[in-house]
Amino acid sequence: MQLEFCLLLAAALFCIGIYGLVISRNAVRVLMSIELLLNAVNLNLMGFSNFLDPVGIKGQIFTVFVITVAAAEAAVGLAIVLTIYRNRETTDMEQFNLLKW
Amino acid sequence: MNLAEGVQVISFAILAALVIIAALGVVLLENIVYSAFLLGGVFISISGIYVLLNADFVAAAQVLIYVGAVNVLILFAIMLVNKKQDYSNLPGRWIKRGATALVCGGLFALLATMVLITPWSLESNAPGLIENTVVEIGKHFFSDFLLPFELASVLLLMAMVGAIVLARRDFIPDTLPTEDGIVTSLQLPERLSELESRELSASKSSEV
Repeated sequence: MQLEFCLLLAAALFCIGIYGLVISRNAVRVLMSIELLLNAVNLNLMGFSNFLDPVGIKGQIFTVFVITVAAAEAAVGLAIVLTIYRNRETTDMEQFNLLKW
Repeated sequence: MNLAEGVQVISFAILAALVIIAALGVVLLENIVYSAFLLGGVFISISGIYVLLNADFVAAAQVLIYVGAVNVLILFAIMLVNKKQDYSNLPGRWIKRGATALVCGGLFALLATMVLITPWSLESNAPGLIENTVVEIGKHFFSDFLLPFELASVLLLMAMVGAIVLARRDFIPDTLPTEDGIVTSLQLPERLSELESRELSASKSSEV
């Protein structure tokens, strides 16, 4: 198993995540796409940590931090979606114009 | 990891195929509940890849945090926000999808060429792998990564308080004192949502 396979898989996952981020109209699905993006970054970090720095595993440390921030982001993001749904009765991204003008 | 090279390659290929298929399902399926369950499949497959990459602690943390916490949270949010909506009534929807797919495919081609033509300096005589990654990660956390570790705990506390404040139900404050005495907050009416209050003010102005 080589480093290139790992990086290619991470690149594919990242592109799928960006595609979902742009086209999806349900706000919960946008948050799920963001989780995909963060996992692609984690995969890159782990690949570099294993193949280029196998003794001082700094990549795994950074992955733990990224997982922490992702958990916090998911909690706050879903709370925001819930509040918007309670106020506007929709989760459609096309109808969110709270910050417009 | 003392598996044979062929076994590692085959396991990696199976896990990578699972990741890609499940991620495409997350993005493309219409029903969002299926998407949420497939997201759990993506996380578990990525955890298997971490095991192949000699990172047992992070693989366990991935399963515990992502599948056990984040995915369950997403499922709860889907159940709370579950309202049938028709998302297919936007003009130019397929143009938007095609342009996005084109851009994403171009980005993948760019990244793939970059990965393949870069000479990564992989030394063949690497020193021996660490047996116990938990001890090593703990040493890093409490020596050279102590400040980010503490900041992460503060960040988690801030996120928890913020999520509670945002998702909490608001009550109308001026109905608190009644003639019956003290009312528990469970019996208080909920604050009107934005649409309801707008309708209410519209009906009031039409009466006047």
